[in-house]
Amino acid sequence: MAELIRYRDDEAVDHPAVTVDSFLDQSNANAVRVEPGDDARALIPHLTQLKLVEVNFPAFGDGRGYSSARILREAGYTGELRAVGDVLVDQVAYMRRCGFDAFEPDAALDPGDLAAALDRWPEVYQPTGDGRQPIWSKRHA
Amino acid sequence: MYKYDQYDQQMVDTRVEEFRDQTARRLAGKISEDQFKPLRLTNGLYLQLHAYMLRVAIPYGTLDSRQMHALADIADRYDRGYGHFTTRQNIQYNWIKLAEAPDLLADLAKVEMHAIQTSGNCIRNISSDHFAGAAADELVDPRPYAELLRQWSSFHPEFSYLPRKFKIAVIASDTDRAAMKLHDIGIQIVERDDALGAAFYVGGGMGRTPMVAPSIRDFVPLDQLVTYSEACLRVYNRYGRRDNKYKARIKILVHELGAEEYARQVEEEFAHLLGQGVEPPLAELERIKTYFADPAFQDASNDTIDRSDPDFALWVDRNTVPHKREGYVSAVISLKPVGGIPGDATARQMHVMAELAKSYSFDELRVMHTQNIVLPHVRKAQLYTLWQTLEAEGMGAPNLDTIEDIIACPGLDYCSLANARSIPVAQKISERFAETGKTAELGELKLKISGCINACGHHHAGHIGILGVDKKGTENYQLLLGGSEAADTSLGKITGPGFSEDGIVDAVEKATDVYLRERSDGERFLDTYRRIGMEPFKEALYG
Repeated sequence: MAELIRYRDDEAVDHPAVTVDSFLDQSNANAVRVEPGDDARALIPHLTQLKLVEVNFPAFGDGRGYSSARILREAGYTGELRAVGDVLVDQVAYMRRCGFDAFEPDAALDPGDLAAALDRWPEVYQPTGDGRQPIWSKRHA
Repeated sequence: MYKYDQYDQQMVDTRVEEFRDQTARRLAGKISEDQFKPLRLTNGLYLQLHAYMLRVAIPYGTLDSRQMHALADIADRYDRGYGHFTTRQNIQYNWIKLAEAPDLLADLAKVEMHAIQTSGNCIRNISSDHFAGAAADELVDPRPYAELLRQWSSFHPEFSYLPRKFKIAVIASDTDRAAMKLHDIGIQIVERDDALGAAFYVGGGMGRTPMVAPSIRDFVPLDQLVTYSEACLRVYNRYGRRDNKYKARIKILVHELGAEEYARQVEEEFAHLLGQGVEPPLAELERIKTYFADPAFQDASNDTIDRSDPDFALWVDRNTVPHKREGYVSAVISLKPVGGIPGDATARQMHVMAELAKSYSFDELRVMHTQNIVLPHVRKAQLYTLWQTLEAEGMGAPNLDTIEDIIACPGLDYCSLANARSIPVAQKISERFAETGKTAELGELKLKISGCINACGHHHAGHIGILGVDKKGTENYQLLLGGSEAADTSLGKITGPGFSEDGIVDAVEKATDVYLRERSDGERFLDTYRRIGMEPFKEALYG
């Protein structure tokens, strides 16, 4: 497992995340792992209790985790949102846009490539809840 | 037509640099081919049988002379001097070297073009009515809505790893010239109580499981267009099947859930997203609309057409269509010369078309999904001069919407997915009908050929469709009858056992003979088929 990359100042949760099912059963955990087939909306009643949501990408081509991330952020979740699994340098910029603020990739990311990828896009076409101003908003400021 | 501002330009320039970096990392072995594949696909680059193929986006099929000249230069510089216009209103080059692709993309960016999302499991180039802005029957020009959605869908971070590719078409007239209901999302701009809005049809498509899109919502207000689209996509991204690539298109999800249940889920997501501020202000739509204002039409009401040259008169009858302005027509340049490769144009022909657009059509061209080129706004008085140039350059075939105006995919000559060749079959059919002189007698007859079940040649939607299959190592061709991509969308039915390459040409002729024998006054092939059914055709083919 490669190292954890975080874009947050608070302390990382240091214990393993539980599955969505067991979280909904026992409900005293503060870290949960969302698989691609899980409904992220099931967590919405419990967001204040959560400090870490891991969204697993078993294969980088499975894009369900991007929707899970946005759904959680749109519902007001402010804790850590961590992409784990087959997380590659060419997807991290989109992940950041969808609300992820931490990455735990299976294989280490080249720091230079990572920095370049995250710096690449000076403008964006869509608002995605990450606070970036879309182009249409700048046009009609 | 639309012009990039500094932001649009920056987006395509950034993409070029991103792809240059990705290609360099691939060539250096830092990323695997599996990891690189979706990256190059979202830049339009496919690995085909002989080389890389690059598909360039021509948003809603509209381009100007500068862009057409650039496409010609690219054909000369990076390819073998020609390009292939596709059923997605795009152009493809078949002989591209990976190491040169970033430079090619940079050349495109200089003329406000790109290859963004022309492949891969993302929202593809958005298509529209090729007569938009010119058609006498349109409610409004549909292209501003397509451009709004182009920007929304470009680099959309949530929808870049969808279960499968996703195609959107936008039209604004009841006559459907874009096969709208055979798209993942088909949008028709409509009017209700003096306000414009969008009717959404979701879950159509061709491929191995052809489906006509059901209506999901009959009116989405214009200031909610992006939000509703986002809701449609989110439901698909979350619940579209990913276990089987052949069941991953949205048509399967809509079919399995049922249109009502899918629509209900979209409504739920839509209600939620309305509070998320994803919709551009209407001022943005208005800004885009100004680029699609009418050109400076002249008073051409006294223009007449001198029909004394019979070849010219035939071309006028076949290849021009009515225009909203008196004295003007839209003129179709056929890329279907008898015996030619449907949709191919040489660099020289592209340069010529660019110049013609500049001289006679307010600097505008359109790519049709039927693989021809339109000069949308031509004065009647200038048609003869225009036609003379087309004739001289091998682009004057008077065969729009006839059996010679064949749609064909690249097939096994180029494509790594194909089971059979399409191009030679198209060539033989157009030669056969030109030789027998039956083309004119048959009138409107849309023939479409696909070299495999993926249906890039739209065979399901042809009045006559041909599907190439592999039968124990030999190419075999199935015949379909009764498809349509127009407002009366229908899917063709297979006649029976397939035919050899020469046999399919004979079979097509036999089918047309049944029509000529059975037709009533004014009936097209499709009308006769719908009236008399499959049996008489089967009898002629297999009896």
